[in-house]
Amino acid sequence: MSFLRRGEREPFDPTQPLVATGNLRRRHLVSRFAQALAIAAAMAAVAVLVIVIIAVVSHGVKAISWEFITATEPNGIGPFLVGTGIVVGVGTLIALPIGVLISLFLSEYAGNRLARPVQTLMDVMNGLPSIIIALFVVSLVANKQTGFGASIALAIIEVPLIARGTQEVLRLVPGAQREAADALGVARWRSILTIILPAATGGIVTATLLSVARAAGETAPVLFLTGLAHGDQFHFSPFEPLPTVPVKIFQLSEEANPEGFTQAWGLSLILIAIILVLGLGSRALLNRSKRKLTR
Amino acid sequence: MSATPPAGSASLKLARSNRQSPARKRADRFGDVSLRLICAAAAVLAAVVLILIAKEVFEGAQPSFSKFGFSFITHQEWAPPLEKFGGRGLIFGTLITSAMALLIGAPVAISIGIFLALLAPTAVRNVISPLVEMLAAIPSVILGFWGLIILGPVLVSTIEPFLHNTFGFIPIFGAPQTTGASIFNAGLLLTIMVIPIIASVTRDLFAAVPRELQDGAAALGSTRWEVIRGVVIPTTLSGITAACLLGLGRALGEAIAVSQVVGGATESHLSLFKTGGTMASIIALQFPSPVNALHLSSLYYLAAILLVIGVASNVLASWVGRRFGGEYAR
Repeated sequence: MSFLRRGEREPFDPTQPLVATGNLRRRHLVSRFAQALAIAAAMAAVAVLVIVIIAVVSHGVKAISWEFITATEPNGIGPFLVGTGIVVGVGTLIALPIGVLISLFLSEYAGNRLARPVQTLMDVMNGLPSIIIALFVVSLVANKQTGFGASIALAIIEVPLIARGTQEVLRLVPGAQREAADALGVARWRSILTIILPAATGGIVTATLLSVARAAGETAPVLFLTGLAHGDQFHFSPFEPLPTVPVKIFQLSEEANPEGFTQAWGLSLILIAIILVLGLGSRALLNRSKRKLTR
Repeated sequence: MSATPPAGSASLKLARSNRQSPARKRADRFGDVSLRLICAAAAVLAAVVLILIAKEVFEGAQPSFSKFGFSFITHQEWAPPLEKFGGRGLIFGTLITSAMALLIGAPVAISIGIFLALLAPTAVRNVISPLVEMLAAIPSVILGFWGLIILGPVLVSTIEPFLHNTFGFIPIFGAPQTTGASIFNAGLLLTIMVIPIIASVTRDLFAAVPRELQDGAAALGSTRWEVIRGVVIPTTLSGITAACLLGLGRALGEAIAVSQVVGGATESHLSLFKTGGTMASIIALQFPSPVNALHLSSLYYLAAILLVIGVASNVLASWVGRRFGGEYAR
């Protein structure tokens, strides 16, 4: 009907270019505007990431030197790197088998009715604030300061991450492989251990790397469980308090000391570099193993 | 059996040996049962850990609970040396920072999800998507340090005075303070943490909306935005809600970054620009050196409240996703 009305005002001119007018024009404008907002939102998120990373890098490089990475306090941060490595390593060693077994249970053994509560359990564990897990482990180990206690807390944080990542890849293992093994009379446990798990190795490694990246940056558990350690000498035993990178950054940020801030930026740069390398590496690995599985 | 033979030949070999020896059959029966049991035990272990967490936290809170009861939630005073503990200011601080994170973060994150799933060309998406996920990978302690050193001064010198002068008649935009530590700063950091979580969940949701539904709306003359508003968002509404609940859970429980920038005060007030505290941040600040046993127990009390809210928001999220999620929403 808008055609009619417009037709009354101005006769139709076929040589004119086709341009939306009136209501349609307004709707196009609204659509353009909404799309521009969506683009702006994405740009804003990327901008925040870039701003944070530039701040860390530009302040951090001033502190970085070979001595800074390898020496003990007060000149360097070597013991903190070693401590974080040990705490996260032990935590991952605990979490990896448990996470993989849970994902096997979910995808191979539990029927729909059993899988659902276990799945919810994993979601709840994943959403649990890390500070509550830290409090729990503190009372579990009776407030004893050891790297091992922190490893337990990190393991609780890592298990749902590893389980979910592994499960996603197990889902991609073709059902035909399982059926073929069944048809040949292969026992379930043999087909799981020799066919299904090997096919999912790429995904398991990816999920583990991601959970390591997450655990390396977790502060609350290491703060409560091994936060009293000092970095003036190297510690290697997980059964004594181990100094860690996130705790040091946290402590330095609480003190108003410009020299400490420089050290904290240096620590932040190293931590963020490790985490981003782990993240990017695992992403590349995941894409590769997914391609292999779905080929 | 060699190390990793091609699947087919291994199965074949296994199948032959299976048929031949009764010992193998017994071994298989044993292996089947034990692997099933081990896997189930891992799942049970996880459940036991979760129950133990709840038990330890509630037990730790017991002395404080028997002294203050539920009035802990409504009382304001938090004075460890006087053995007076009330969580109102902290609960209020938690709610206001989380609300701020969701109010700013959710619309931005959903827009990012729309952009990544529906608008961006593949090449752009393959670059932006990992970048948004990287934002989630930044450790909270580094984000908090950045918020304290870089963001805080900027807020105090420019943004807070601007908001106060323009919207000062609304009580939440009170007079700016001199330090960078404020509830406002904490809320912004939580916003940054919540955005990548909601964005990546909603991106997957929007990408799963069937092409035919969108094409149908477009064929009826809808513009791009009308397709999104009329088809994509309504079909995924439950999933969007679940994503926001996940983000809320993260914001409520974040301790370290908030404790670095929020200032550690414990009273409730309306101004965003003053220092404040959240439940998780006070635990992070005061747990390593409690003044007395009741103080420690009150911190556990806060953790218990946090645990209940956190578990509730997670369970609610998966329930909403399942109950109201049609075939496209999950």
